[in-house]
Amino acid sequence: MTGGSAALPPTPSQTIGPFFGHALPFAGGGDLAPAAHPGAVTVHGRVHDGAGAPVPDAIVELWQNGPEGRPPRAPGSLARRDGDLAQEFTGFGRVATDAEGRWSARTLRPGARAGRAPQVSVCVFARGLLHHLFTRLYFPDDPAALAADPLLASLDPARRATLVATAEPLGPAPRYRFDIHLQGEKETVFLDFRDFRDFRDFR
Amino acid sequence: MTPTQRDIDLEMAAHRAAYERGRASGGPAVDHPPRDYPPYRSSALRHPTRPLVAVAGDPEAVELHGPVFGHTDVSPLDADLTGQHGGEPQGARITVTGRLLDRAGRPVAGQLVEIWQANAAGRYAHRLDRHPAPLDPHFTGAGRALTGPDGSYHFTTVQPGAYPWRNHDNAWRPAHIHFSVFGTAFTQRLVTQMYFPGDPLLAHDPVLRSVVDDDARRRLVATYDHALSRPEWSLGYRWDIVLDGPRATWAEEGR
Ligand SMILES: [Fe+3]
Repeated sequence: MTGGSAALPPTPSQTIGPFFGHALPFAGGGDLAPAAHPGAVTVHGRVHDGAGAPVPDAIVELWQNGPEGRPPRAPGSLARRDGDLAQEFTGFGRVATDAEGRWSARTLRPGARAGRAPQVSVCVFARGLLHHLFTRLYFPDDPAALAADPLLASLDPARRATLVATAEPLGPAPRYRFDIHLQGEKETVFLDFRDFRDFRDFR
Repeated sequence: MTPTQRDIDLEMAAHRAAYERGRASGGPAVDHPPRDYPPYRSSALRHPTRPLVAVAGDPEAVELHGPVFGHTDVSPLDADLTGQHGGEPQGARITVTGRLLDRAGRPVAGQLVEIWQANAAGRYAHRLDRHPAPLDPHFTGAGRALTGPDGSYHFTTVQPGAYPWRNHDNAWRPAHIHFSVFGTAFTQRLVTQMYFPGDPLLAHDPVLRSVVDDDARRRLVATYDHALSRPEWSLGYRWDIVLDGPRATWAEEGR
């Protein structure tokens, strides 16, 4: 991207608005793994605004490595059939929040490369958010991996805690709670992947 | 006191003027809206107040890839919003076409484009839309397509109507189509809205005008293209989408 090739200016983001419900959620959007899969885990939580109120019109998208630690390359997320243990793991999920701001998805624990803690990439959209927000859900089970992870290590402990899900020892299958606070005391750490300095060279 | 349209127009003009002053004194161009834009009231409690944490240096591999969508996910019929319910919907039939590109101008092929919109009367087929305009039994207003090898997408739909909302007194959204787009990297994800040229409401809409840069805002407005209009059938609009994204994917592919 050097040597004078012109960069196109990007299309600006706009809010998802309140009326995506007939278009974006899809059947099986939260079933990244079938219920009968022996490795299935549930991740769930609530989305809160700056006043602590639930956000009932948010969409949470999940995207993650497969258990072997690589990004899945299989299509079929929009065409999942529940209970089909033979279908490939696609690594993508999309769930809308309910009236209490709750979302839930069933997935497989992602693998991670050496020196990184297993994580799910999370993207949040909502009415009132002019630009989506990226964060990461980390699994709490391996403290050594969490301590070694470069992003987590760069954060102070209180902020780091917003990225680590809580294990809930209830029920037969593992459950992890991951609340998202858009603003306020417990504001979730949100991530920026663009490097503005480099982009400026192309204007 | 509920603000009037004039109050909101003045607030928006002040934000634009502050941005233009910044530009005049060497400040950077800003393509995306701020997450906090007070004239759009709903942003007040829903934007983070702490700076985002940059991951520019060493993202996870999964963040430099994206989910894969294919022909099991999307049928070609999903791109015709006028053909989903056994009868022609009310309103002016339009086609919307364009290309999905990355910032280097390369086509982004095989990626999922989803759209949703109000019907010709300005009513969404959504249980929470209380606008007293008629629903259309022949129109839901949701479509999907995969981009072709040249990054192109095509939808057939109807011209959506403007609709009222509660941001301020007598607030109306200009006609628009919502777009959700995936790139090759999950971090290129984009949700945005396409507007129509010549709409007088464009000047008064805090969602559109949250994009304070005039050039950037113009990029959200489609072009009427007479060559795309089909005789006795439909009006044609063209709208290209350019995905922002992490420098790392460019470096990876540019080698
Ligand atoms: Fe809308």
